[in-house]
Amino acid sequence: MADSDTLLEIRNLRIEATVYAPGEKPKNALIVDDVSLSLERGKVMGLIGESGAGKSTIGLAALAYGRGGIRLTGGEIRLNGREIRTAGPGTLRSLRGREVTYVAQSAAAAFNPSKRIMQQVIEATLHHNLCSQSEAEARAVELFRTLSLPDPETFGKRYPHQVSGGQLQRAMTAMALCPHPDLVIFDEPTTALDVTTQIDVLGAIKAAIHETGVAALYITHDLAVVAQVSDEIMVLRHGKMVEHGTVQQIIEAPREDYTRALISVRAIEHEEKKPTAEPLLRADNVTARYGAMAVDVLSNVSVDLFAGQTLALVGESGSGKSTMARVITGLLPPRGGDITFEGKPLPPALKNRSREELRQVQMIYQMADVAMNPRQTVQTIIGRPLEFYFNLRGRKRNERIQELLDAIELGKGFADRYPAELSGGQKQRVCIARALAANPKVIICDEVTSALDPLVADGILKLLLDLQKREGVAYLFITHDIATVRAIADSIAVMYQGRVQRYGTKSEVLSPPFDAYTELLLSSVPEMKLGWLEQVLATRRMESAGN
Amino acid sequence: MHPVLTLVIQRLALGLLLLLAASVLIFVGTEILPGDVAQAVLGQGATEQALANMRAQMGLDQPAYIRYFQWLAGAIQGDFGVALSNRQDIASSISRRLGNTLFLASVAAAISVPLAIFLGLLAVRYRDRWPDKLISGITLTSISLPEFLLGYIMMYIFAVQLGWFPSVSNINAGMSFGQKLNAVALPALVLTLVVLAHMMRMTRAAILNVMQSAYIETAELKGLRRLTIIARHAMPNSIAPIVNVVMINLAYLVVGVVVIEVVFVYPGMGQYLVDHVSKRDVPVVQACGLIFASVYIGLNLVADIVSILSNPRLRHPK
Repeated sequence: MADSDTLLEIRNLRIEATVYAPGEKPKNALIVDDVSLSLERGKVMGLIGESGAGKSTIGLAALAYGRGGIRLTGGEIRLNGREIRTAGPGTLRSLRGREVTYVAQSAAAAFNPSKRIMQQVIEATLHHNLCSQSEAEARAVELFRTLSLPDPETFGKRYPHQVSGGQLQRAMTAMALCPHPDLVIFDEPTTALDVTTQIDVLGAIKAAIHETGVAALYITHDLAVVAQVSDEIMVLRHGKMVEHGTVQQIIEAPREDYTRALISVRAIEHEEKKPTAEPLLRADNVTARYGAMAVDVLSNVSVDLFAGQTLALVGESGSGKSTMARVITGLLPPRGGDITFEGKPLPPALKNRSREELRQVQMIYQMADVAMNPRQTVQTIIGRPLEFYFNLRGRKRNERIQELLDAIELGKGFADRYPAELSGGQKQRVCIARALAANPKVIICDEVTSALDPLVADGILKLLLDLQKREGVAYLFITHDIATVRAIADSIAVMYQGRVQRYGTKSEVLSPPFDAYTELLLSSVPEMKLGWLEQVLATRRMESAGN
Repeated sequence: MHPVLTLVIQRLALGLLLLLAASVLIFVGTEILPGDVAQAVLGQGATEQALANMRAQMGLDQPAYIRYFQWLAGAIQGDFGVALSNRQDIASSISRRLGNTLFLASVAAAISVPLAIFLGLLAVRYRDRWPDKLISGITLTSISLPEFLLGYIMMYIFAVQLGWFPSVSNINAGMSFGQKLNAVALPALVLTLVVLAHMMRMTRAAILNVMQSAYIETAELKGLRRLTIIARHAMPNSIAPIVNVVMINLAYLVVGVVVIEVVFVYPGMGQYLVDHVSKRDVPVVQACGLIFASVYIGLNLVADIVSILSNPRLRHPK
């Protein structure tokens, strides 16, 4: 039986949900199957796995909460020695927000837009009558300071939309810590943030955990991140436990194949190709802005893309990467500068481009689900560019569709499916096939792997490289993820606030000496080793002290 | 200047423009009817000479746009001219009746708006359980019945059988507030039943829409009670759609009560309008049209402005 130091004890947890598949009767699905874990006071356990592994569901089960139609149907959940899975609503209300609190992935959505931050941060504390309003506010300000939020005294007076995403995520951590809980569930708290922001938030969360001595379940799909904050790690897959051990054991001596695959992800080897004489696509001094905005989103961007090669545009959100894609495709005519394709200038606006010019540049998007018409079959989706650009009909069209499906490794039986019947990775493959169907010389890939699980993303990257080798297509690859860039780029343009900060071949850009921003960006990418976070933060402190 | 102020001023200006357009429509609408006021006054048997004299006397021989501006200038100063049928000053007849209509509408609104919102909250709280279904069932039944039928049913029960309220809602200036309330009880009740369902269902839908948001989950995971969550976290974010539907219904209470006023012989604007439409009293119809348009546009303007003010992003820009 659990000793007095055990805070949370989950035994043989079983969680089910009702699934409504299109065209089928609702059926029961097992989300979490026979998972047990035990967490001591003041310890941090990382739950890691791909989407659908059940990690968030287990995290919320520690609050005896099931999202949507999720039901906790079996096993024991003991918090502070008390069984909570079968507890009544009154008991649950008394422990939620007092003994255990929750930090959501998207703080931007988890804060009520019409209430001031302070009101929301201290709400649970006041609701449970833990202290007076002024004491709670003092505590919140203290936490704002611990979490290195700007102007901690007045920060709480602002509304959620008045602060940045990284700040809001830290405010959510303050909200979770304010009532002095025993346990905090962190559900992917840094996943939605840029790497340079992620490292600060991660540091702040770790410091706050350390300072308050709170125990935590830290849920993420990123092993490198979880290795920085946890004492132990549990690897989950399809709702079952794969492996459980200390951080060191998991990353240095994983026992299971699946864990090994997670660790070796993004180990794609890619030989860098040298620039040829003539670029296929050239952006020359491009400047652009949206509508009547007073500032340029892009200023003087010049990059070259060579035939059969990959140019990666790297940068944080708001750096202008996606705007660059809109300029090249003609969706946003630039205010200045030219786009030339095979030496000839492309008309700036989409409507002035010929069908042939349109065919040469295709796009793949981040969100494959919304980039396809849900009411069309895969066959119709891929067949459309064949009809539009090549006037292929009937048997010839269907043969070509099958060729394309083979090329994206989906094979037979997929042509008649609807997007809803495909997995995330399969959807993205169909989008790739649709782009390939036009036989383009350039494909713009806008964050195409960002919404995918690491292993699935790996498969997509390998497919893209493979297709490049066979078809000789060039990629303009837009991403915020340095690991992806390392895996596939031939040349790199680092973008920051609408400008190209650093540009050259991959080996040039990724070798020192770096400019300040590239240095910051590269050093912020979590590495899968113990103590990485402290090391980087310490280096940065020393540097800023030196300056 | 604060950006919200700019937006509000823009809306006000748009509202005025809309009102002006409505006045043009009302004027043109009565203008294209066959015959004119002179004809209506003198009747079919009038001689050409008599008609011409009458027109000159009433200023009808002037071009339409001049008459429009004269009419509009008069209307802005509260002068709608003289009714053809009884030669009475339209403005003074209307002001008394408009007062009556607004009184009835206010009583109905004072009951129906809080009740609808409360029932909406309750329906969300007990979503898909029996209280929700009962509320939906009753309000949908009441909205499905034609209002005159509802009026007669109420009259039969409360006036004829129980004798609690009068069946004819006669009010005059000499009555006390309590007497007036007693007089309008039945029509107000019917109006409440008519507008309740729409407001209640929109409140329910607007709040349910917000209940999907992640911050509702956050509140739930703080251990808050469900009704607290709905009132404190969901309501403030669904004010805009709720206010919109409330205002549309308030406008209906003023503008759309013709049938009820006739059923209960209530001396309001609707009754007045119907009387004069049947007598082809064009100036009165124009005046009523303009007032109804102002009420409609005014209330919708209020809804728009409240929606703007309820948005924290607009109230507190970065």
